[in-house]
Amino acid sequence: MLNLKYYFYSILLLSSFTILSCHKHDDDDLSGTGTLEIEFDHKANGQTFAFGQDYVNESGETMQFTEFNYYVSNFSLVKSDGSVYTVPKDECYFLIREKADGVNTKISLSNIPAGDYKEFKFTIGVDSLKSTSPAEQRTGALDPAGEAAGMYWAWNSGYIFVRVEGTSPAAPLDPGTNSNKFRYHIGLFGGMNSPTLNNIRTVSLKDKHDDVAEIRKDHHAAHLHVFVDIMDMFKSPNAISVATNPTVHASPFSANLANNYMDMFVLDHIHN
Amino acid sequence: MQLSVNFLGLMVFCSILWTSCTVDDKDLWTGIVKPAHFPEPFFKVEVTKEGFELGRKLFYDPILSRDQTISCGGCHNQSSAFTHHGHDLSHGIDDLIGMRNSLPIQNLIWHNSFFWDGGVGHIDLISINPIENPVEMDLRFGQAIAKLNTDQNYREQFKSVYGSDSITGSLFLKSMTQFMSMLVSADSPYDQYLSGNSNALSAEEIEGMKIFESKCASCHSGVLQSDFAFRNNGLQEEPFIDDGRFLISQFEQDKGKFKVPSLRNVEYTYPYMHNGNKNSLEDVLHHYRFGIKKSSTLDSLLIKNGKLGIELTDEESSKIIQFLKTLSDPKFIRDKRFSEQ
Repeated sequence: MLNLKYYFYSILLLSSFTILSCHKHDDDDLSGTGTLEIEFDHKANGQTFAFGQDYVNESGETMQFTEFNYYVSNFSLVKSDGSVYTVPKDECYFLIREKADGVNTKISLSNIPAGDYKEFKFTIGVDSLKSTSPAEQRTGALDPAGEAAGMYWAWNSGYIFVRVEGTSPAAPLDPGTNSNKFRYHIGLFGGMNSPTLNNIRTVSLKDKHDDVAEIRKDHHAAHLHVFVDIMDMFKSPNAISVATNPTVHASPFSANLANNYMDMFVLDHIHN
Repeated sequence: MQLSVNFLGLMVFCSILWTSCTVDDKDLWTGIVKPAHFPEPFFKVEVTKEGFELGRKLFYDPILSRDQTISCGGCHNQSSAFTHHGHDLSHGIDDLIGMRNSLPIQNLIWHNSFFWDGGVGHIDLISINPIENPVEMDLRFGQAIAKLNTDQNYREQFKSVYGSDSITGSLFLKSMTQFMSMLVSADSPYDQYLSGNSNALSAEEIEGMKIFESKCASCHSGVLQSDFAFRNNGLQEEPFIDDGRFLISQFEQDKGKFKVPSLRNVEYTYPYMHNGNKNSLEDVLHHYRFGIKKSSTLDSLLIKNGKLGIELTDEESSKIIQFLKTLSDPKFIRDKRFSEQ
C-alpha cells in the first residue's frame, strides 16, 4: 500500500515536471532575437496534395495539377501585447513552389526580437514598390532571368503572384498543347504612376487555440505549420468553373481568384 | 633665347596635354547631361562609358533573338529616331507582325512608363518585353542571359565593366538602360529657340508653335510634348480592336486609351499612332480635325460644344506642321556614338 502510494506520488511528480518542461516560463530571457520558421503544407480538399491526382472542385469538375507556385512577402508579426514587428522587407520575398517530390517548403525569418507572437501577417504577391524597383533589386526569388522565370510578366511588368496550371476533362481542348488545359496566372499590383487592378491580398493567421510562437534567443526556431488548400481557390464565394473560365491571366475576373485564394492559408499548429 | 626655350617647352607640354585628351576620350566622357531647358528626369541613371558601350553592343546584337536574326537596332533604326522606319506595325522574328507601331527610343529617362499601354513601369525592365515577345525576339529572358554567358567576349566585357564575368539578368538590364538612357535628343531648332536663340525658328514656325500650344498642348504638353497620360484620341470605334491601357490596368474606363506620345523627331518617326495607320503629319492633322470617332472613352478634350475634333483652319494646320518639323534633331539621328560600331 505504501509502495503503491509512493508510486502514485512519483508519477504525479514526474508528470508535473513533464508539463513544466513543455512550457517556457514568463521569467524567460526576452532579450536578443530568434528565428521563426514557416512550413507551407499543400493540401487539396483536405488531403495531402500531389501533382497528377484527381481532385473535384465545387462545380463538380475533376482537376489534375501540374503547377502550383506563389509568392509570399511583407511579413509582420503581432506580439501578445499587440505590438507589431515588421520583418525588413528585403529579407522576405519567397517563391513557394510545389515540387514533384512532395517535400514541403519551409521558409525561415531570422533576427526576430524575442517574444510571444500570436498573429502572423503576410502578403500574397509582390508589392508595388518592389514591382517597380530597378534591376539590381531583382535578385533571388525575384530574378526574372532566374528563379522568377515563369512568374514574371514582361509586357505588364510585374510578378505573377499565384500560378496554377493543370488539366481537366471539363476544360476545352487547348490547340497549342492538344490537351484540356487550365491556366490561372494571377498578378497585378495596383500600378505605380497609373493605377491598375490590385490583386495584392494580405493574409492574417492565428492559431485556433490561441497558441503563440515563442521566439527566444539561443533556442531552436518556433515553427508554424500552415496548410494551403489549393481547392479553396475554386470555392465560394466565387466558385470557379474550369469549363467556363479555363484561362485567367490579367483580367477583371482575376480578382475573384485573388479573393478566393486569400482564404486558402490556415495555421494548423505551432511548435515551440 | 631662354624665353623662347621656355615658350617652346610650354607648347610641347600643351600639345601633350591636348594629345592625351584626344587619344583617351574617357576624359571627355560626360554621361547624361540634362539639357538646361528640360525638367528633372523621372529616372536618375548613372552611365559609365564602358557600360554605355556594352549596352550599345547588346542593342545591335541579334544574339538576343531566338534564331540570331534580329537585334533591337533592327527595328529601332537611328535614322528614324530609333523607331521602325516606314512600318505601320513592326516586324519581328520569322517576319511575324507585331500588334502595334514601334515607338522611338529617345529621352526615355523623362518618361514614367513605357510602351503605348504603359505596361512597363521601370526603365530597366524595357528590354525583357521585346526579348520575350513571341513576335519580336521570342526568347525566354533566362535563355537570352544563358546565351550571353556562353559567349567568351561578352563574359570578358561584363567583367571589365562590372568586375564579374558571370552575366546576370540585372547586369544585362543595367547595360541596356545605360545605352538607352544616353539617347537624349535636345538639339532641335525648337530647343535652340527655347535656349535663347530667337532666330532658330521662323515667324511662321513661331506662329505654328503658338497654335500648337493653344490647340494641342493640353495633352502634348511641356518640352517633351506629352503629359504621359493615357487617352483615347478617337482612332477606333467600339468594340475596340486594341483595348490599349485596359490590357494593363483591367479598368473598363481605360479601354481604347494609349499613352500620349512625345512628338520629338516626329518628322522622322512616321507612320503615326499606336496602329501606325496615319502616314503623314497631314493625315494626323486631318484626323484631329475631321476623323475623330466617338466612343465611350473618347477624351473629353476632343469634343467641343457637341462637335467632335479640334477646330483648325487649313492654314493653322499647315503652320502646326511647320512647327512640328522644328522638333527634328538631325544631330541626334546622326550621332556616331549611338550607331552600330
